Amino acid sequence: MAFTVEMAREALKKFDALVEEKKEYLTDLDSAIGDADHGINMNRGMKRVMDKIRDKEYADFSGIFRDAGMTVMSAVGGSAGPLYGTFFMKLGQKLSGKSEVSAGEFADAIGEGLAGITSLGKSAVGDKTMVDAIDPAINALRENASSGDETAWDRAVAAAENGMKETIPMLARRGRSSYLGERSIGHQDPGATSAFYFLSCLRDAFRDGRESGEK
Amino acid sequence: MRDKRVGILVVSHSEDAARGIRDIAASMSGTKDGALIAGVGGNDAGGLGVSVEKIFDALAEMLTKTESVLIIPDLGSSVLSSRSAVELLPPEQVSSVMIADAPILEGAMVAAVEASVGRDLAQVADSASKARDLRKNEH
Repeated sequence: MAFTVEMAREALKKFDALVEEKKEYLTDLDSAIGDADHGINMNRGMKRVMDKIRDKEYADFSGIFRDAGMTVMSAVGGSAGPLYGTFFMKLGQKLSGKSEVSAGEFADAIGEGLAGITSLGKSAVGDKTMVDAIDPAINALRENASSGDETAWDRAVAAAENGMKETIPMLARRGRSSYLGERSIGHQDPGATSAFYFLSCLRDAFRDGRESGEK
Repeated sequence: MRDKRVGILVVSHSEDAARGIRDIAASMSGTKDGALIAGVGGNDAGGLGVSVEKIFDALAEMLTKTESVLIIPDLGSSVLSSRSAVELLPPEQVSSVMIADAPILEGAMVAAVEASVGRDLAQVADSASKARDLRKNEH
């Protein structure tokens, strides 16, 4: 079973719920090295995304991810707005005209989204950003595609979680945390954390959709 | 016919700051035309923050009146959001906009003066970036 547009909607719905649940935690992470607004900002942004996409019909991935991207850009209010906005929009553009895709095709789309992030933020792997969670997930999704999509998604989420944890000892090179220099070391990056959440929501939506499809 | 002078768009996390800096720069440069210098800021709920949509709307509006625009952002997400707003423009307009790497107040002031005497976009952006070296305690 392929990844469908309906699963994308479910994934965004799960992401909204998870960000709500982890709002305080994300804010705590961000108060250590940022301006303590990541949880609140993402929560506000994802609520607005859900208002937009909850009941709308979408023929392909580009429509739903364009709506999600444009909405977070306007509603988030911090750097996460343009970064997640670009990520969603580029991811959707890569899947334009498609309504279901394999894990391998989805990996390519996440790759486009990541390219949008690195181009906008002038960031790279190792800078202690969301890139550190997303980049290893793409590789894992691609490399494990032959083991079946479910396994590939599980490995991608595990790789994202590992990438997120690897931001702890890193020195921040982007955003407000980079002003802290050495003091940024020892803290997990909030952007990498929310990016890991998003990827885990994609996996969960895929698994749920697949299970209900098999009944 | 659009104005040939470069438009200046001040982008801050605070709407008050953006308007105040706009006012100072307009006053110092004698730019009375509101189409040539504008300020935008705050998130879409009216608090501190930035909104790509607000920046995009202000930018698109300016580009109906002037041929080019220099954006002067404060820092961090104002810069990222400005870049995103530029990317949302029609492709043929993208090269008519630059984002200054400059201190927001001094940069806006210098840019407004340079724009008022008819310098082109690249020259105005360059002058704004050099405003970083303005000294305050040497006289």
